Amino acid sequence: MTPKKKAKKSKGSKTAVQLRGTLGLLIGTAKGGFLLKAKGGRSRWELLGPFHLGAKTNDLRLDPRDGKTLLACSTGGHLGPTIYRSKNAGKTWTEAKRSPRFDKLNSRSPRGKRARASRGNSVSTNFWLEPGHATEKGVWYCGTSPQGLFRSSDGGDSWSGVNGWNHNPMWSRWINVGVDGTPDGPVLHSIQIDPRDPKHMTVSCSSGGTFESLDRGKSWTPLNSGVAADFLPSANVGYGHDPHCMIMHPADPDRWYQQNHCGIYSMDRKVGTDWQRIGRRMPKRVGDVGFPIVPHPTDPDTVWVFPMDGSMIWPRTSPSGSPAIYCTHDGGKHWERQDKGLPKSNGYLTVLRQCMTGDSDPKKTGLYFGTTSGEIWASIDAGKSWKQIAAHLPRVYSVRVARFR
Amino acid sequence: MGERDKGATLRVNVASILFEYTGGESALEARGKTVLEVLADLDRRHPGLKFRIVDEQDALRPHIKVFIDGKMVRKLGASVAKARELHILQALSGG
Repeated sequence: MTPKKKAKKSKGSKTAVQLRGTLGLLIGTAKGGFLLKAKGGRSRWELLGPFHLGAKTNDLRLDPRDGKTLLACSTGGHLGPTIYRSKNAGKTWTEAKRSPRFDKLNSRSPRGKRARASRGNSVSTNFWLEPGHATEKGVWYCGTSPQGLFRSSDGGDSWSGVNGWNHNPMWSRWINVGVDGTPDGPVLHSIQIDPRDPKHMTVSCSSGGTFESLDRGKSWTPLNSGVAADFLPSANVGYGHDPHCMIMHPADPDRWYQQNHCGIYSMDRKVGTDWQRIGRRMPKRVGDVGFPIVPHPTDPDTVWVFPMDGSMIWPRTSPSGSPAIYCTHDGGKHWERQDKGLPKSNGYLTVLRQCMTGDSDPKKTGLYFGTTSGEIWASIDAGKSWKQIAAHLPRVYSVRVARFR
Repeated sequence: MGERDKGATLRVNVASILFEYTGGESALEARGKTVLEVLADLDRRHPGLKFRIVDEQDALRPHIKVFIDGKMVRKLGASVAKARELHILQALSGG
């Protein structure tokens, strides 16, 4: 019997979406994906979607290399994880032929727990999508839970493991296998590709730390020196840390920043491999704990963070119910509070690691964040003032800027 | 009850969460000696269906339930040689 042609599955919006030349925000939520289309110079926003209603969408990204291909990490509640692709900006979608999956554990697998590494595990969530280098069209990376790394070279249609990571004999020790991470499981996130060199990349893991590769993922080195790990008996360890979000600054890829479970850090990779805790200069009553960190498009000394309450009971909501963004323009020497337009009180917001982002306007940088309570907020003046642009969405898992072509 | 004739198909009833793979059909037919073989046969005609309910280690996903003639099973090696029908349903959890 000739196998049936793979069914085309279309869960796009019924509305014909005219997106060419527009700026949008791609929103991944607990119950599907949405798109906020900018109008009137970002002063108004039109909500489109949902895409894949009912499916937990941890990440939804546009391929910047063609400006129209979308990939969505999807877990269908009851069903296992998969990835959906659209080649026409969300009009129609098809499922990846082969989504990320760990290798089987069988008689040919190496013996011993360390040698087996990730073999025998099962991907529960496709968590973080990252387009490959600008020169590697069709290449994508995906970070999963448990902490696996996968690569596609055909635009996200089929995925295979980056064995230098997934089969690394240090894998089970690096990621502290068996230790719980987030409520959705420990994740591999913050996949960063050096814009100057497609072989140079970093990944970060909950219960693991940040790791660097200089050979496109064949080998890895933990880079966690200087980062606190208050939940470990000793902070003086090479790995086991908990970065929440790590970035190579787009304006200077040697300038790295991370928002960690235990503070805000920066590193100048040209100088060395030690992180410096720049969050110590945040106000003590606010602290320097949070999830996301967002870079300015052109100034390597400017980043934004969204602090959360990481005090005694760790509610992970805005400190004292007073949400604010904090910004530094001098690499962390000074921090400025930005809260105009945000609730002054009773605002117990949580913003997850992929839920805050910025656009490429260097002078009036647009900043956007989504909350676990289903709100989307925007600033079009680099954080000076904020406006709620969407509400009543499901729990927001990701917010990504998209420039459609 | 005797075994089904060799080559005979088994009726497989699937929940609506799998309709994107079956074109909206809830009642399917498949061949196989075990639950896993039946799912592999379904996957040949409805590509992608198996991986959404069975993981890469051939274990049933936690929020999926399989019933052989009304009796719930977790082991995919369970024989269906004497079965009349299989049900693949979503658990109450997983929402």
